[in-house]
Amino acid sequence: MSEILAHPGARPVPTTGAAAFARRHGPWFLALAVALALPWLFYDWSRARHSGFVVAMLSQMSMMAIFALSYNMQMGQAGLLSFGHAVFFGLGGYCTAHALNAVKGGSFWLPTELVPLVGGVGGLVFAIVFGYVATKQRATAFAMITLGIGELVTACALMFHTFFGGEGGVSTNRMIGTSLLGWSYGPSIQVYYLIVAWTAIAVALMMLLTRTPLGRMANACRDNFERAQFVGYDPSIVRFFQFALSGFFAGIAGGLYTLTYEIVTFDTVAGAMSANALLMTYIGGVGAFAGPVLGAVLIVLLQSWVSLLSNSWLVYVGVLFIVMVTFAPGGIAGILLMHEPLWRAGRLGRLAVPYARLLAPGVIAVAGFVLLVELCSFLTIGAAQGKAFKLSGLTIDPQHPGAWLIGALLLGAGGLVLWREGRRFRAAWEALVEEIKAGARA
Amino acid sequence: MELLLVSLLNGLVYGMLLFMLASGLTLIFSMMGVLNFAHASIYMLGAYFAYDVSRHIGFWPALVVAPVLCGGLGALIEMYGLRRVHRNGHIAELLFTFGLAFIIEKAVQMIWGLLPVPYRVPAALDHTLFHVYGTNFPAYRGFMLLVSALMFLAIWLMLTRTRMGLVIQAALTHPEMVGALGHNVPRVFTTVFAGGCALAGLAGVIGGNYLVTEPSMAFTMGPIVFVVVVFGGLGSLAGCFIASLIMGFVQTFAVVLEYSLADALAAIGIKVSDATALGEVLTIPLPRIGALLPFVMLILILLFRPRGLMGTRDT
Repeated sequence: MSEILAHPGARPVPTTGAAAFARRHGPWFLALAVALALPWLFYDWSRARHSGFVVAMLSQMSMMAIFALSYNMQMGQAGLLSFGHAVFFGLGGYCTAHALNAVKGGSFWLPTELVPLVGGVGGLVFAIVFGYVATKQRATAFAMITLGIGELVTACALMFHTFFGGEGGVSTNRMIGTSLLGWSYGPSIQVYYLIVAWTAIAVALMMLLTRTPLGRMANACRDNFERAQFVGYDPSIVRFFQFALSGFFAGIAGGLYTLTYEIVTFDTVAGAMSANALLMTYIGGVGAFAGPVLGAVLIVLLQSWVSLLSNSWLVYVGVLFIVMVTFAPGGIAGILLMHEPLWRAGRLGRLAVPYARLLAPGVIAVAGFVLLVELCSFLTIGAAQGKAFKLSGLTIDPQHPGAWLIGALLLGAGGLVLWREGRRFRAAWEALVEEIKAGARA
Repeated sequence: MELLLVSLLNGLVYGMLLFMLASGLTLIFSMMGVLNFAHASIYMLGAYFAYDVSRHIGFWPALVVAPVLCGGLGALIEMYGLRRVHRNGHIAELLFTFGLAFIIEKAVQMIWGLLPVPYRVPAALDHTLFHVYGTNFPAYRGFMLLVSALMFLAIWLMLTRTRMGLVIQAALTHPEMVGALGHNVPRVFTTVFAGGCALAGLAGVIGGNYLVTEPSMAFTMGPIVFVVVVFGGLGSLAGCFIASLIMGFVQTFAVVLEYSLADALAAIGIKVSDATALGEVLTIPLPRIGALLPFVMLILILLFRPRGLMGTRDT
């Protein structure tokens, strides 16, 4: 790819100074500004209230971004596939809940702003304990051990009442009146700003960690652990440190979860939450630092928005995941990064027509698929809940074969055309890349 | 004595059911290096297929039809899914089966509903086979034992007496070498994958009405089957068999032994109550920790003997 960089017409890339800093970190500051401003876009001026739905969704996105990034510290950066990452998220949450209750009860004093740190320390402690066991192994054995730990902790959460509160979980109250800013943290918008602040800190710390020798060695152990050993590093120690720190950040996310919902139940440590981390991280992209953030935003958007419209939103997440694993192992971030050399060479516009040709059959195929899935779901789950399938005022009877036929036709025809256009697109893409390479050599 | 004998029989039935699932998974895992997360989902599909078939035609046809359907599905998954993903590495393959398990669970919920379906033991087998110390032993459990013993015999004959079986045995330990010798390894993979899925389907047919046929059955069974496979060791069917039986016995005995750690401590003279430190942990009776035991076993074996009981190489 370096030859593409040398293309004469290429955009200049600053490498040092403030310009380079702005170029590299600009998107993060932009994201921060958007996160701060977004709640006000949905502000209801007539009633002087924030939209509860939007603030809740943004809070969820923010904490899930930390959670997914911490998961990627293991998966993307250290090559460790974990099936029990929610353990540190949930245990961090439980620790935070107990700390909040203790502060409220007057056992000790702690400013509300620092409460998520309790979750982080809790996550760190448990990650040190479990990580000591798990990081002796790598690859599949590591994945199995984390799966076992996840199941163990979930079972314990239902069994032991003193710490976990059994099935009811641990309730708490975030209004402990110890804020340094004088905020009450009653309104969820105040909690949201606290979450954004912690997210910014956690993201910055995690990004800095990738630049430390530890982060570099984690990459080395992921790529070739035998060579890392030759250099003189013990891969299991590197894995252990990376695992423990990743538990710390997951714990912070768990602490923020507790502050937001004021209750922690066994769901937070359960397998579904661990799977959530995996889905967000992989769909977002494990190869780029920012990938998991994209995944978290997308999945939470699906979770809070599509789940209002459809019972079967998890099916779409699952299918999206499979499609990503099969066709785009780099995730969304990987797809975006593939375009970077073309953008630098100033040829991105040439892809507009091929993309447009993909769009129509893609939309048709997806519509057909969604129609079939929804028909299926309304036939059983919807019928059990007594709902009717309505599409812009038109009621669709899932018993009627016509609807099924339309769905199948849309999916079949759209899929076929999409497949053909996909091949044409690939040809256009490869021709363009070749052209840029040839231009760079000339 | 009575407790021991009844639990041994029940443990044997459960262990054989586990072996039916785990044998296919062990073959797939050893040969292809893919830990198939969707294996227990195929088991669940087997139970649901059997429920639908037995509703319309009867239980006996279902005993054949459902495993065949599951085997066909397995072949399709291997040929059009896994083989494609294989290029992206083992992790991608594992994630693919993970996503598949996720989708199959949701699909089952959409097609058959969220609640358990009334998949029942056939009337012909719904009677008592014999009495042990006053406890009934249902004929269906005897039938399960018979089916699993027959299946065990069939696998063993297939693996040791046929050419295909010998190639599979060789591919278990030296997959590259088998390919280098000119055998069609991808076809062997497809066959083994389909065969493993058919066995899982069969386990679903006879296990679905013994246990409960519901959408969460895959996610309760799946981790236990993993434990069996890892515990038994890669590349070893015998290890898998022993691990299945151990797991069957552990799970049945854990349910009937009403003891806790506190009782053990009391025997050596230390009294524990809820008030003492860790009292809550120590006074929990064994039946309630039963669900934890497989995972404790998994973690311990991976730590101290990563190749499992009789495995030939590390996991």
